[in-house]
Amino acid sequence: MQLLFERRPERSRGLMLLSPVIALLLTALVGAVIFALRGLDPLHALYVYFIEPLTTLWSVEQLLVKAAPLVLIGAGLSIAYIANVWNIGAEGQFTIGAVFGGMLPVLFPDFQSPLVLPLMLIMGLLGGMICGFIPAFLKNRFAANEILTSLMLVYVAGLLLDWLVRGPWRDPHGFNFPKTVTFSGWQMLPTIGTTVHIGVVIALVTALALAFLLDRTIKGFEIRVLGSAPRAGIFAGFSRPRMVMFAFLLSGGLAGLAGICEVASTVGQLQPTISPGYGFTAIIVAFLGRLNPIGVIVSGLILALSYMGGESAQVALGISDKIAKVFQGILLFFILACDTFILYRPRVVSRRAAPELAPAE
Amino acid sequence: MKKFLSIAAAAALAVALSASGAAAKVKACWIYVGPVGDFGYSYQHDQGRLEVEKALGDQVETAFVENVPEGPDTERALERLAREGCNITFATSFGFMDAAVKVAKKFPDLKFEHATGYKSAENLAIYNARFYEGRYVIGQIAAKLSKTGVAGYIVSFPIPEVVMGINAFMLGAQTVNPDFKIKIIWVNSWYDPGKEADAAKVLFSQGADIIVQHTDSTAPLQVAQEQGKLGFGQSSDMIKFAPKSQLTAIVDDWGPYYVRRVKEVIDGTWKTQSTWEGMKEGLVVLSPFTNMPDDVAKMAAETAEKIKSGELHPFTGPITRQDGTVVGEAGKPLPDTDLLSMNWYVKGVDDKLPQ
Amino acid sequence: MDILQALILTVITAATPLLLAGVGEAVVERAGVLNLGVEGMMVMGAVSGFGAAYVTGSPYLGVVASILAGTGLALLFAILTQTFLANQVASGLALTLLGLGLSGLIGEAFVGLPGTKVEKLVFPALSDIPFIGRILFAQDLIVYLSFLLTAVVSYVLFRTRLGLVVRAIGNNHDSAHALGYGVIAIRYLCILFGGACAGLAGGYLSLAYTPQWIENMTAGRGWIALALVVFASWLPWRVAVGAYLFGAVTILGFFVQGMGWGIPSQFLSSLPYIVTIIALVIISASRTISRAAAPACLGRSFVPDR
Repeated sequence: MQLLFERRPERSRGLMLLSPVIALLLTALVGAVIFALRGLDPLHALYVYFIEPLTTLWSVEQLLVKAAPLVLIGAGLSIAYIANVWNIGAEGQFTIGAVFGGMLPVLFPDFQSPLVLPLMLIMGLLGGMICGFIPAFLKNRFAANEILTSLMLVYVAGLLLDWLVRGPWRDPHGFNFPKTVTFSGWQMLPTIGTTVHIGVVIALVTALALAFLLDRTIKGFEIRVLGSAPRAGIFAGFSRPRMVMFAFLLSGGLAGLAGICEVASTVGQLQPTISPGYGFTAIIVAFLGRLNPIGVIVSGLILALSYMGGESAQVALGISDKIAKVFQGILLFFILACDTFILYRPRVVSRRAAPELAPAE
Repeated sequence: MKKFLSIAAAAALAVALSASGAAAKVKACWIYVGPVGDFGYSYQHDQGRLEVEKALGDQVETAFVENVPEGPDTERALERLAREGCNITFATSFGFMDAAVKVAKKFPDLKFEHATGYKSAENLAIYNARFYEGRYVIGQIAAKLSKTGVAGYIVSFPIPEVVMGINAFMLGAQTVNPDFKIKIIWVNSWYDPGKEADAAKVLFSQGADIIVQHTDSTAPLQVAQEQGKLGFGQSSDMIKFAPKSQLTAIVDDWGPYYVRRVKEVIDGTWKTQSTWEGMKEGLVVLSPFTNMPDDVAKMAAETAEKIKSGELHPFTGPITRQDGTVVGEAGKPLPDTDLLSMNWYVKGVDDKLPQ
Repeated sequence: MDILQALILTVITAATPLLLAGVGEAVVERAGVLNLGVEGMMVMGAVSGFGAAYVTGSPYLGVVASILAGTGLALLFAILTQTFLANQVASGLALTLLGLGLSGLIGEAFVGLPGTKVEKLVFPALSDIPFIGRILFAQDLIVYLSFLLTAVVSYVLFRTRLGLVVRAIGNNHDSAHALGYGVIAIRYLCILFGGACAGLAGGYLSLAYTPQWIENMTAGRGWIALALVVFASWLPWRVAVGAYLFGAVTILGFFVQGMGWGIPSQFLSSLPYIVTIIALVIISASRTISRAAAPACLGRSFVPDR
């Protein structure tokens, strides 16, 4: 007896909508068991985890702010992954983007004018692109695997930031602590209300723009073809090395943009830690969103919700943050497993029925 | 809306109760930069929290959030605690400073405290511990017991607190052996046991025979134990991990401070202030002296007593800096502000600080 | 001479977890599966190994427990990716999250407890050979296993039929299936083997390298191991080279710091990563050093057409 999945002739529409719901229900079930084992009321715990973050305005605003970098980076990564370009270094591109963008307020703290912010954003974009350029170049020129090069650069970028904020860019009035001067005035991202900064809008617009790019333009066609049928793409005149460069510059640039947005809003300065692992979480977001920029918006929100729920549970229920991580892992597992049913149909096959060809001796 | 009403109702109830004289439970909260299970810095703060629970019983209710990264998430964690009604919140790591300032401004009726920082407000107090006092004492012990005259110093990041520690250690050592040397390795992490073990091994191979650390894991001491060398524990008493190697440990004992401050909140006498206490007030404790001859233990105990009584201050002028200049007035300790932003080495340290 | 010997011993300790996890993952990737969950399996191995050793008092039982833990987590991954055909990259990342959280949870009981160390197994006469005696013949069980593992895996992958089948599946799973080889079954086995190795690597951390348990004590070594597999062109001997190179540059960085020359520590800390990139570029660009291409089916799910 064997459980097999065979490809459906076309995606099951019903399950596309149903599978995330089933996944959530299954996670809630397992979660209820975990919470009950810990001596908590399962229903209350689930409420705190999933529903409560959506009940107050403050919480929803925080959700959007947390989701923004995930969506921005994730959308760019989804384009890269469709093209089979494995950019694992988004975290490093995020950092370098923050460094480049932060250059202006740090080196010219008195530069206050409406021009500053757009310049900072452009510099952030540039920084991320430069960091993304390196693995792309090494791959095109030397066939060096981009997974390794982009990942290694993450560590290098982090150490560069560390060196900058402890040394040359240290705030002279900061009691010699490792941080730069705080950004102020025109150097900070404007906010809608008090919390939601326009980084949220930038992320949304970017995701929509990328969805348009993918669906309605020749470039999008090129991306999809080179990803799924590279030889056909070459026959069509598309160039693989150019796509590698494009994918890295795009996803790297967007990660860098996310970096400067984060630093010019919630953090407000450069310091040794500016990201709780956004670059890596965004990889999960990209895949959960089924490598579709619109899907990334949804999955970014879901993942941000799980973070919010985890923090809320720590305070309201007194459970440790490790349970929150376990929960997230389980949620992901179920979402991935349930998604299978969209593309594949399950069949239980009896071993005798499957004819085995004897291996040619 | 429902949430607002429930908070309003709870607040009204609390006001009514306190007005009637019955003490409403004070909620005291903490945020930690690392896990409680690090057996180091955050662990010690949490021990302090547990002491508050023990000492103040059902007058107080505590909560904590661990593994809060210093960055965008900090402000949210603090604000969440404030919204849950924490009357006083302790932000235990330097990197929480600006977030604490922002949130304190948003919630003027709640109290906040920030450790190892320098920005305060009407409802934001700052507190710190004079760890360097302990460093001075162990510097003396090290110089007495080291046969090679070289100690290995494992550190994380060059922030003033760490630099203070190195300098105090050196000054203490130099009172016993003016030519004492230290070799410094920056592991660029507050705790990665593997890296710390590697650093300890390298230092021992380079001629150090005593290990000092300003990182949080017990790994360097374990290496010392294995190689038959000596070392000092950090943050917690690590004797269990190196029964034959640990000479003493500098223990952060936040309990008395936390109990005092939470009690002040209960009594309504809490005021913002800048506290920097040390061995005298029991914030910095040296664990029992072990693995050393009695005369060394006696000397160390005497030095500790002198520091506690105020007779001796590790940073008493004049002090010669690495670049040759002299700071401090003769016989007077350096002012606190100078210490808190210390960015220079004393003469005798072979290392360069980022400028 | 003594300093050199001490440094080499330190390098071996630092490199062994990378080597173990790397060789295991190389086998997995040779079969065409990309398992990004190495960090999760490693940390589960670390906590299980420590816990079992603490509870039973025997570090060797701890070693067994660490292997079982890594294998167990790998089984989840295998079911998700081979039976449920889920995306391998996402599944691996989910595995890492799960492993980190679960290990922290299990480890809560073990914080602050000194561990029992795996003792060194000293070969009586051989270890007296000057210089290399201590390096090669006075190590603990796990280090010996790492030497053995590299040799055995290399032999099996390239000199046996099983290895041929594994590589065939990794390069073209449809053809291998048509030839009658059990693609899914063999991939399951390889994934479990990789999990066992990663678990053992984690066990080494908490039972030999630094006998204790702290949350997240793997500190990113799983990711380095993944990178090393790529660096090594999926060849086990080169994984060893990569692991020792990485370890050596890290230790060298500390050594230079200890000399007090004032070179910024961040630069020295970044050297292992930069050197790895440069070495990879040299290997990839070279015409003489053989460069195995990635297994063609790496990361693609196998769906049998029936």
